[in-house]
Amino acid sequence: MTTPLLEARGLEIRFGGVVAADHVDLTIAEGRNLAIIGPNGAGKTTFLNICTGWIKPTKGQVFFRGEEVTHLPPRKIVRRGVARAFQIPQLFTEHTALENLMIAVSAREGRQSPLLSMGAQPERREMLELLDLVGCADVADRPVVELSEGQRKLIDIAVALALKPRLLLMDEPTSGVASSEKFEIMEILVAALSQAAVTAVFVEHDMGIVKNYADEVAVWNSGEVQLRGTPEEILAHPDVIRDVIGEEAA
Amino acid sequence: MNLSLILLAVFDGVSYAALVFMVAVGLTLIFGVLRILNVAHGSLYAIGAYLTASIGGAVVAAGYSPILAFPLMLIAAALVGVLLGAPIERLLLRRIYAKSEVLQLLVTFAVFMILEDVQRLVWGNQPYFESSALQLLGNIQVFGVYYTSYQLVLLPVVALLTLIGLRLFLRRTLTGKLITAVTEDREAARSIGIDADRVYLMTFVLGAALAGLGGALASPTTSVLPGIGAEMIVLSFAVVATAGLGRIEGAAVAALLIGLGRSAATYAMPELQVLVPYLIMLAVLLVRPEGLFGTPAARKI
Amino acid sequence: MQIRILIPVLAILALALVPMLAPSLQVLMTLALAKGIAVMGVTLLLRAGQVSFGHALFFGIAAYAAAFAAASNLDDLFLLLFVGAAGAAVSGLLVGLFVVRYRGIFFGMLNLAFSMIFWSVLEKFYHLTGGADGLRLARPEVLGLALDRAPFELLLYYLALALTLGLGWFATRWLGSPVGQLFQTVKTNETRLEYLGISAQATLLKGYILSAVLCGLGGVLVATAQGIVTPAYAYWIRSGEMVFIAVLGGVGSIPGAVAGAIAYEVVRIYAAAFAADVWQLVLGAFLLAIILFAPSGLMGIYGALMDRISPRRAAAREEKTSAQAAVQTKEART
Repeated sequence: MTTPLLEARGLEIRFGGVVAADHVDLTIAEGRNLAIIGPNGAGKTTFLNICTGWIKPTKGQVFFRGEEVTHLPPRKIVRRGVARAFQIPQLFTEHTALENLMIAVSAREGRQSPLLSMGAQPERREMLELLDLVGCADVADRPVVELSEGQRKLIDIAVALALKPRLLLMDEPTSGVASSEKFEIMEILVAALSQAAVTAVFVEHDMGIVKNYADEVAVWNSGEVQLRGTPEEILAHPDVIRDVIGEEAA
Repeated sequence: MNLSLILLAVFDGVSYAALVFMVAVGLTLIFGVLRILNVAHGSLYAIGAYLTASIGGAVVAAGYSPILAFPLMLIAAALVGVLLGAPIERLLLRRIYAKSEVLQLLVTFAVFMILEDVQRLVWGNQPYFESSALQLLGNIQVFGVYYTSYQLVLLPVVALLTLIGLRLFLRRTLTGKLITAVTEDREAARSIGIDADRVYLMTFVLGAALAGLGGALASPTTSVLPGIGAEMIVLSFAVVATAGLGRIEGAAVAALLIGLGRSAATYAMPELQVLVPYLIMLAVLLVRPEGLFGTPAARKI
Repeated sequence: MQIRILIPVLAILALALVPMLAPSLQVLMTLALAKGIAVMGVTLLLRAGQVSFGHALFFGIAAYAAAFAAASNLDDLFLLLFVGAAGAAVSGLLVGLFVVRYRGIFFGMLNLAFSMIFWSVLEKFYHLTGGADGLRLARPEVLGLALDRAPFELLLYYLALALTLGLGWFATRWLGSPVGQLFQTVKTNETRLEYLGISAQATLLKGYILSAVLCGLGGVLVATAQGIVTPAYAYWIRSGEMVFIAVLGGVGSIPGAVAGAIAYEVVRIYAAAFAADVWQLVLGAFLLAIILFAPSGLMGIYGALMDRISPRRAAAREEKTSAQAAVQTKEART
């Protein structure tokens, strides 16, 4: 059996009395895009936080490509090939969209840069391509504070992609994007991910997106992975219809 | 080192801690509510001291009873709170609550620069020393060691009363509960109709008056001269940082820790005396960056 | 020639001609340029959204290091500069390792605390430091040549000018470089920085050391120009002056640091006659006025003036300013 890209074993975390993850085991196989669905407050974002070292689990371990990363800080996990896009976009607000990508590319390339490194600026073309990928090339030179929430979320994804990760974690990638554009953007994004051999994990509420773009689905509820399967199996499951889809529809 | 020396060191430390606490508690109270670190706080302390020493000196010189020094201290504190605190909050701070932390620091720093020169203009460069309040209370003997009642009894009692009073005020009175509500959740407090502007003003006046009172109480024990404000702001910051910003009870513990540490150094290694408070702060912050009683702020992502 | 190129060129030319055209201003301008270099250090940190109320620490450390070196046999101007810069860099590393763990209030105040500690050491350990009287720093040789006072002062002026231009160019380049860009993101989003695989603390530390070195070089130049170093070099009033000049020139602007320092020194020399007793008061009031009414400082006023004279890039500039204004409101604490 091949080593999974990411593996969580027996994760447990509590905030006060609330259990956000209760003995969770979850594996992510290379090349299989995984959607995590479930009601709000079920601990989906917390799971992404633990996988990237932002918070430490009370118990359990996280492995990335077979190596334990549980106690590493986020930056060290990122350098091993995990990138993240956020529910609330995390961008450099005083910079333009293009500059945000430029900073990401120089972070990727100049990791050990000494104090006085005056290295050449990264190539504009690569960054424009990334912006184009998320449909934001036309706003490349605008400061990100002026852009819409949806555009900022997409640029946030482009920034994560600029790191050339093996695994990309996305938290509701297309929330805030007009529903008419959601599918178009996901189409391009998923194609680009597979071309660059990036595996994606995305927390998602839109079952249309889940159905079309996930290879696998995990249902997260009350701090547990309750079900795991293909989109067809999961979306037809009566529990899921009752607990998750019902809530989304309401 | 014999027992009486140790006792002296402890007494020094306790009385010094009481004074520093009076200033630090105002600083931390203001921070807790307004989220602004008032760099000019040390100047308010200095002005309280100058007012008491100069007016008290004049009163005694005019032949009045030195007992008047005590009400004078309260008057000086009230003057600092109302005449300086209120305008600073109303005219300046109110404009910058929505600005970045750096800008807020710059504004209170500018006030600090202004007040330092105001002291020089009003009181000149010569030191003031007026200790009749201290002499009035005489000495007491504890385990064979003589110490002034003013420093060993009055100062710690006032500090303790301030601590207990603040606690009761914040927990038991309506005004206090309003202040606590604003501290915990500004937006929620506003939304249920609490007049946050008034709470800010009252808190700042109270904090400023405490700094003034600290200065007034300190004046009989030391010469009042230019520069004491600058030293006090750094020292009281050391106390509140050691305790954790916004922690009132913590400030009392930290003041005691720093006061005792400093007086121990005075007897053991005099040349390190000024450094000890900062060394204590640095040591605490190295281990606990958020201070002894602070809670780390978790950022939501 | 474009007016936007012409004016800086004329300004540099005017500075170069000061010893010929206005020899009485030469010493004053040496001090102004030296302070400008020091202020660049404070300005650099402002670009990362941090203010230090204690950067006179590095100004003072470098000046004392130079004074000690001059008293030994390392008595050469360039060696003094090197020793001062090295002293500032080492102390910047040590203090920096501690303070880069903090932001905002703690960053500002811990820097103040460190400078006050150093100041009291200078005052108390007088057998080493000369206490409040300070140490004399005799005129050093220059590359083995012992110069008379006049040629030495002339040389010092041009050295200060060359260093101002060179270091100003370097600081600007550095801020534009990938490391410098990362350094500035500490101001806006450390979460993203961490998720780019970069340590915010390490990034801030690099800029901090550079800022300490800039302050240190300014300190050595002032010390050599004045021939004496005193604890006042490291006192909070000096730090406050640096912060004031940085804000006066324009928060975060490298040319602004130099322009601010020149404006400050010139005004001070004329105002000191009637405002010596209230100098801090005047500075404080001015600082408030700038923050509240002209937050972009001298460079902001200059930029607005240029836009009026040659509106070519006015539109672009406006866009940028409105974006920055939007950022400021957005950053307002919640």
